[in-house]
Amino acid sequence: MSVHASWYLTLAALLFTIGAVGLLVRRNVLVMFMCIELMLNAANLTFVTFARALNDIGGQVAVFFVLVVAAAEVVVGLGIIVAIFRRKVGATADDAHLLKG
Amino acid sequence: MSAPAVLAAATIPDAVTFALAAVICVVGALGVVLMRNPVHSALALVMTLFGVAVLFVEQDAQFLAAVQVIVYTGAIVVLFLFVIMLLGVDRRERVLADTFRGQRVVALVLGLMVLAEVVLLARTRWTTGAHAVAGPLDGPGSNVAKLGRSIFTTYLIPFEVTSALLVVAVVGAVVLARRPGLGEPSGEAPDEASGAFPVAPGAGAPGAGAPGSGAADAAGAGTAERTAGAGAGAGAEVTR
Amino acid sequence: MIHAAFLIPLFPLVGFAVLAPFGRKLGNPLAGWIATLLVVASFVVTILVFVALFRIAPAHRSVTEPWFDWISVDRLRVGAGLLVDPLSLTMASFVTGVSALIHLYSIGYMRHDEQFPKFFTYLNLFVFSMLMLVLADNFVLSFLGWEGVGVCSYFLIAFWFDRAEAASAGKKAMIFNRIGDAGFLLGIFLIFERTGSVQYTTVFARLGHVGTPSLVAIALLLFLGAVGKSAQIPLFPWLADAMAGPTPVSALIHAATMVTAGVYLMCRINPILHLAPDAAHVIAWVGVATAFVGATSACAQNDIKKVLAYSTVSQLGYMFLAAGSGAYVAAIFLMLTHAFYKALLFLGAGSVIHAMDEDQDIKNMGGLAKLMPITGVTFLVGWLSIAGVPPFSGFWSKGDVLQNAWAVTPALWVIGAVTAALTAYYMGREYFLVFQGQRRWVEARPEASHGPGNGESYTARGLHPHDPTWHMSVPLVVLAALAVLGGLVNLPFHPSLVFLERWLSPVVGATLLQHHFSVGAEWLFALVDAALAILGVAVAAALWRGSSDRPALEPRFLSMAWWLDAAEDRLVARTGEALASFTATVVESRVVDGAVNGVASLVRTTGERLRRVQSGYVRSYALGLTAGVVVLLAYLLVRVGS
Repeated sequence: MSVHASWYLTLAALLFTIGAVGLLVRRNVLVMFMCIELMLNAANLTFVTFARALNDIGGQVAVFFVLVVAAAEVVVGLGIIVAIFRRKVGATADDAHLLKG
Repeated sequence: MSAPAVLAAATIPDAVTFALAAVICVVGALGVVLMRNPVHSALALVMTLFGVAVLFVEQDAQFLAAVQVIVYTGAIVVLFLFVIMLLGVDRRERVLADTFRGQRVVALVLGLMVLAEVVLLARTRWTTGAHAVAGPLDGPGSNVAKLGRSIFTTYLIPFEVTSALLVVAVVGAVVLARRPGLGEPSGEAPDEASGAFPVAPGAGAPGAGAPGSGAADAAGAGTAERTAGAGAGAGAEVTR
Repeated sequence: MIHAAFLIPLFPLVGFAVLAPFGRKLGNPLAGWIATLLVVASFVVTILVFVALFRIAPAHRSVTEPWFDWISVDRLRVGAGLLVDPLSLTMASFVTGVSALIHLYSIGYMRHDEQFPKFFTYLNLFVFSMLMLVLADNFVLSFLGWEGVGVCSYFLIAFWFDRAEAASAGKKAMIFNRIGDAGFLLGIFLIFERTGSVQYTTVFARLGHVGTPSLVAIALLLFLGAVGKSAQIPLFPWLADAMAGPTPVSALIHAATMVTAGVYLMCRINPILHLAPDAAHVIAWVGVATAFVGATSACAQNDIKKVLAYSTVSQLGYMFLAAGSGAYVAAIFLMLTHAFYKALLFLGAGSVIHAMDEDQDIKNMGGLAKLMPITGVTFLVGWLSIAGVPPFSGFWSKGDVLQNAWAVTPALWVIGAVTAALTAYYMGREYFLVFQGQRRWVEARPEASHGPGNGESYTARGLHPHDPTWHMSVPLVVLAALAVLGGLVNLPFHPSLVFLERWLSPVVGATLLQHHFSVGAEWLFALVDAALAILGVAVAAALWRGSSDRPALEPRFLSMAWWLDAAEDRLVARTGEALASFTATVVESRVVDGAVNGVASLVRTTGERLRRVQSGYVRSYALGLTAGVVVLLAYLLVRVGS
């Protein structure tokens, strides 16, 4: 069978970290969104790993739903991004600070 | 740590596959984060997703691997690319300079901490020993069949809820992508007037694929309106 | 018949209840007659109860008439009821009697006043309160009456409330009284704490268990109450100012009844005073000092009523001297005779004021004796009584007091004797200036007038002084008769003649300190008293019969009552004002407002500082989120890993 589960978990952790750092560092809105997708994938990988390790199909079911929800989220998120950022060319995440307290 | 048969000794091909796929994933991830051109980032994301799909196959989640490629890579990333093109954000971004002082340093530190913590967590006791609820992974029957049985019996309600969620998402996308309504100050209207587009504000977007006779402003609002309809939602039609 | 005692306070209460809502409709003079007749009825019942009590053997002459449970909280049980015994009945009898006469007088005096019914409403309420005070069977109910008379005093002094001086005098009276009342209340608290009861009979039975320091404290606290109510040093300035009220009020409240409440209290608590001789000494000395100060101040007053006011202060001082010397019978005797002749003098003064068209300055009077014979003769009788000229009542009563003062210490007698001479002198001065000598009012100038709002010259108005109507004259005559004959109740010549002493002995007998002198000593005292009185009369006649202007004998120091009022004003009132304004400006605005505003500005500042967290930048928020995740994971790590 495949390698030990802990390798997968480490890989997933690494992907998650890279995604998180990317989210914090990048200013381009779409790249930030992609980093979020990266993190979701890391989570999916973890789920699948555990499904295998615990011999439980529930992990894969979880991934299934995560996939669905991620898709829906992307749809709505991109819609919002389009709605906010289509006015100005080259707008970054920093430009959307109207909700400043 | 309990060791079901699934975790029996790994074979060489498995290890090699894992290593390759892992490298692809990581390189792709780094690419997403470090590429200056967002289009390049999107392509790097595709790379990562493929790697993850391979890892899914490795872990006896064949159906999920297929879905990953078809839905994630095939639809979602394409969607991303659409929007990148639409918004014209393919300009290069100065990744190295940052508006906030110290943000990158702090981010890096926090990230490393998260990594450390998760890795540590992964190495400790992470099983409760409870019985499988959804059904065994191994055993006779295809992955799809087992998955399907689980979803349509044990997890039926979440399934229905997610379908409702999808509907909501579609409706949301449609609403968000509409043209601005009456009275809303928009710089688009005057541009429209010269074009062949119907100007009627709030009368709905000029339809998906309306025969927009080249309101020829490139990055202007006209394009935005036209392609807003096209880009709104996975396969949603803009209604009047 | 004794059980009808409840009618005594009930009648005036009914009067108040009827006159308060309907007085104005009943009008002038019906409201006055209703009030008067109710008080007369009260007097009649008092006499009947008196007779009934007389028939009981002396040892049992203390009947309690309980009414109802008033306050019942944990250990504190205060009932409402009457204590019918010789002391309370003596007080009740002269209170109702003199009140009835003054009610009758007021019908005439207040005839032209618009607020005629209101006056009688207040008078009846006053009589009710005073009766409750003297007839109550416990300290708390007495205190109710005590407060009641204080309040009525305020109402009546400030009766003409549109006059600034009257309103302010009413307030002053109330405030001085209040100071005393605080002492009274503390005394009651201490009594309850030490003996577990507030009923007179119960408390006096349990005094054996109370330590002497507590008894002294109780006595002094109650005496403080008396100092306020009976205008002793240092709380007497209100009485002179209270003369701004109508004269019947001065006669009733500030001569005959309310101010004597303090003396009554001292006599009622005579068992306590017997066990606390230190307190009794204090009382005696305060009394005699007040007597002296009052008498000297009266020598220099020009207002006909103010002379009488300071005279009252002085006479009350005598009564406290007696009470403090253990001579309670003498105190009550003096109270009784004083009620007669002081009320007489005040009512006579009222008659003169009416005749002089509201002018009260004795320097503007003179020669009225022939024009107002009844007033003149009765005033003369009053003067001779208060002077202590034999055989008028004042001679006997004051004599008793002075004798007993000597028995305590001769120094008290000396001061008392000097004061007695002064008493004869200043009243003589007043008599001669008002009723004898030149008719100075014929050519009096307008600016010399002290009457309210009266700026015209008298010669133009043409005063015609004459005796008042029968409503006012009859009480004068009756009181004069009582002033002459009052001494008969306690003549010292033979044990069978000391009626008052024998009557009161069940109440004060156990502590009676009436010292017994030899017959020769008693005659000597009597002679000295008479000599002093005649000396005072003679000096007054010599000095004041002829002239009316002797500034050397009327220094400011005396006319301002030894500057005590001004001193108290400076010490207490101004200090209080300064404290109040300090509180208002500093404490209120800086501390209190500062604290409140400070809290508000603290909240605002904190809000503004915290607001910066909401930068609006998504990436900062993401950073915060990540930091939170790190913390969570760390927690998990600690919990799971360990």
